[in-house]
Amino acid sequence: MSATAAAVTGNGASGKGAISIRNVTKIYDPGGADVLALDDCSLEIASGEVCMIVGPSGCGKTTLLNAIAGFHSITEGQIDLDGEMLCGPGKELATQGADRVVVFQNGALFPWKTLAENVAYGPIVQGVMNKAEARDKAEAMLAEAGLGGVADKYPGEVSSGMARRAEIVRALINDPKVLLLDEPYRAMDALTKSIMHESLLEVYDRTKVTIFFITHDLEEAIFLGDRVVVMTTRPARTKKIVDVKIDRPRDYRLLSSEEFRVLVQETKEAVHEEAVKAFEAGERELA
Amino acid sequence: MAQSSKNKKDGKLKSLFTDLTIRRGVFSIVIFLVLWEVGFRFHDWFGIMVPFIGKIDAPSLVVARWSEVVFKPGYWESWYLSFGRVFFGFMVAQLVGIPFGLLMAVNKYFRGMFFPPFEILRPIPPLAWVPASIIFWPTTELSIMFVTFLGAFYTIVINVLGGARSIDIQYLRAAQSMGATQWDLFRKIILPGTLPSIFIGAAVGMGITWEVVLAAEMISGGGQQSGGGLGFFIWSSYMGGVMDQVIVGMISIGLAGYISSSLIRYVGYLSMPWKRMF
Amino acid sequence: MSNQSVSGRPPSGLHYFLYKSGKALKTPMPYLAFIGIGIWLLSYFLLNEYWRVSPFYKVPGPVEVVTEWLNKDPIWGTSLFTQDYYINIWVSCRRILIAFAIATGLGVPLGLFMGWSKKFKDYTFPILETLRPIPILAWVPLAIVMFAGFETPIIYLATLASFFVTALNTMLGVESIDESYFRAAGCLGSKKHHVFFNVVVPGALPFIFTGLQISIGVAWFSLVAAEMISGDFGLGYMIMDSFMVNKYTTMVMAMLTLGFVGWITSAMVRAAGNRMMQWRERALGQGGV
Repeated sequence: MSATAAAVTGNGASGKGAISIRNVTKIYDPGGADVLALDDCSLEIASGEVCMIVGPSGCGKTTLLNAIAGFHSITEGQIDLDGEMLCGPGKELATQGADRVVVFQNGALFPWKTLAENVAYGPIVQGVMNKAEARDKAEAMLAEAGLGGVADKYPGEVSSGMARRAEIVRALINDPKVLLLDEPYRAMDALTKSIMHESLLEVYDRTKVTIFFITHDLEEAIFLGDRVVVMTTRPARTKKIVDVKIDRPRDYRLLSSEEFRVLVQETKEAVHEEAVKAFEAGERELA
Repeated sequence: MAQSSKNKKDGKLKSLFTDLTIRRGVFSIVIFLVLWEVGFRFHDWFGIMVPFIGKIDAPSLVVARWSEVVFKPGYWESWYLSFGRVFFGFMVAQLVGIPFGLLMAVNKYFRGMFFPPFEILRPIPPLAWVPASIIFWPTTELSIMFVTFLGAFYTIVINVLGGARSIDIQYLRAAQSMGATQWDLFRKIILPGTLPSIFIGAAVGMGITWEVVLAAEMISGGGQQSGGGLGFFIWSSYMGGVMDQVIVGMISIGLAGYISSSLIRYVGYLSMPWKRMF
Repeated sequence: MSNQSVSGRPPSGLHYFLYKSGKALKTPMPYLAFIGIGIWLLSYFLLNEYWRVSPFYKVPGPVEVVTEWLNKDPIWGTSLFTQDYYINIWVSCRRILIAFAIATGLGVPLGLFMGWSKKFKDYTFPILETLRPIPILAWVPLAIVMFAGFETPIIYLATLASFFVTALNTMLGVESIDESYFRAAGCLGSKKHHVFFNVVVPGALPFIFTGLQISIGVAWFSLVAAEMISGDFGLGYMIMDSFMVNKYTTMVMAMLTLGFVGWITSAMVRAAGNRMMQWRERALGQGGV
């Protein structure tokens, strides 16, 4: 059933980006297809925490992210950010905003803008910086991320790894409270992925932004996260929460350590059960 | 979820009336008709002629004329004649165009040789061929058919080519690894894979066919011969100064075109069951 | 032929063109094209002029047409060297230019709004879809009644045809934009007008240009028809007129000129599209999508 996790102190001291998800239910197309995606789901995420969400494909993890980001409404329940209501009774759809920036599964860099223009986009449209300032900051941040040489290229001209990193820079330039990542590395090969992981950890260590990361890769979840939340198959509820009490900064050597393997095993048992149920149900994955 | 399935059944019929999209659509068409009517009547009521719209006979007149015309056999004969020409020209275009397109798609030597002359001739609008066609073919009817054929032919070939070439090569390889012969590949993969494009090409070609038949009827059959057909109907109404009948003709052709396109889409729907889930 | 420039940037411009041409010439394709066109011209010549097969001989053959075309003192009065040839070409082109400009200027914004706002589409799409099936030529009598003179009805018809195609394709273009781009723009703090200019317009551009290529073809189609029925200059008129007085050679000349001019305008639209969609060209050049 629903499990409310005790609030865990995150590693960040910035004091912003704490998310409180309380008894959230989401039904798609009530009266029509009537799909129960989330069922009385509750979760507390501390400021500066790296919270990994895992579960079988199509269980509703993305629905939760969409609710926080303001892409979909919720049917019941409430989600707060730093004490203020994002969505809930009376306001079922959160307003989209640069305090919760999303990095998308298949990449959503604007193909018609160069990487630098993409990154500069946020500050410009929010009116926070003018064009010149935004360009300079964008180029600086891209250089910091190792993308200095390709800042003037279009997303179609660079590798997917570079594009994904640029997308993260595009999110971070807005100094968001929360970074929402929806299986961002799903379509990548293992080698590129490991580079992405290191890059993300490096970014996290610098900024301590709250991270809400959806994945189906257990090792990725444990390697990156402070906590791993296992969701049940559709309709989704929190099934089990695994605390990853490993110090930061972390590096790839962690992957072959004993404590890592133990944690993977613990999480795997919970997920596997749900994966089998999902497979047998044979339903098409939620978008 | 018994509750929801009951809601579903009530929902469907109710939604026809409460659906916002449909309501807005009806609203805008009604406004359109009202403005048209008023625009025409303006002169009678206020003495000022509304530019452009003021001269077009009002919907009320059109409807009146239509209810009259519907009882005249000549009107339905026009339908029959036009439909016949469209159907015939269209069919020939498909029969020649689909194989031609497929051949070009599968055989690169054939394509290399025949695509360039095809592409050179394509920019010449089919109607520009009308006089040449009249000179060449013994009868007027055949010359109209030829021009009709041309119009649809170009469209269908381009679409078939595009469709066949966009078939994912993986499908072909998968089939080959299961022991398919060249003929199998063609029949089981290329043909069904191209079907969506064939139907799109057909639907677009149908629209062009109607344009051409109409033009041909107006140009060559207009007045002299008993060419008949809806194009002739419109033209002779115009010549006779019966403008509301002209509009009846226009709407009739629009309707005829819509019916033929729908027919094609329906046939497409039937022959491509795998597309139905969406 | 090396295609690596010293700076390591991918080849572009003349270098790239030469490289691609060099590669193309090594395939059988250009030679097949040559053969194909050759076969067509040869059979055209043989059937129409040499063997004089009926009914082909009634239509002037390629040699006859080309000779006339290049003739400084043409038998039938029109050739590359006569003024009226260019007047007719210019008149048709001018009409197309005006029609295309108006149709695009009206059609693209309309299509953009229809694709972007469901509400707007609900109100405007039904009327459009009701009028669209009516063949353009069915409008001829109405156009003559509505507008004075020759010129305006002709331009009106070409504009109408072009407009429907452009509006529809633009709308489809906006609707084809991946939802993620809208969401990304939203969560980066965009206001509505930001979304419009940074997502809707560039995202729809590929479809818009496909639509524009189709629409200029359709504009020519309608223009020629209108000129043939009720014109007093222009290539369509030239065809009809020369037909009426049995100047068949001139007629074929007009047809071929029409084809050529139509092709050029289409190519210009395509080129403009490629210029505006640099990001696609460069991505395709890299082998991506």
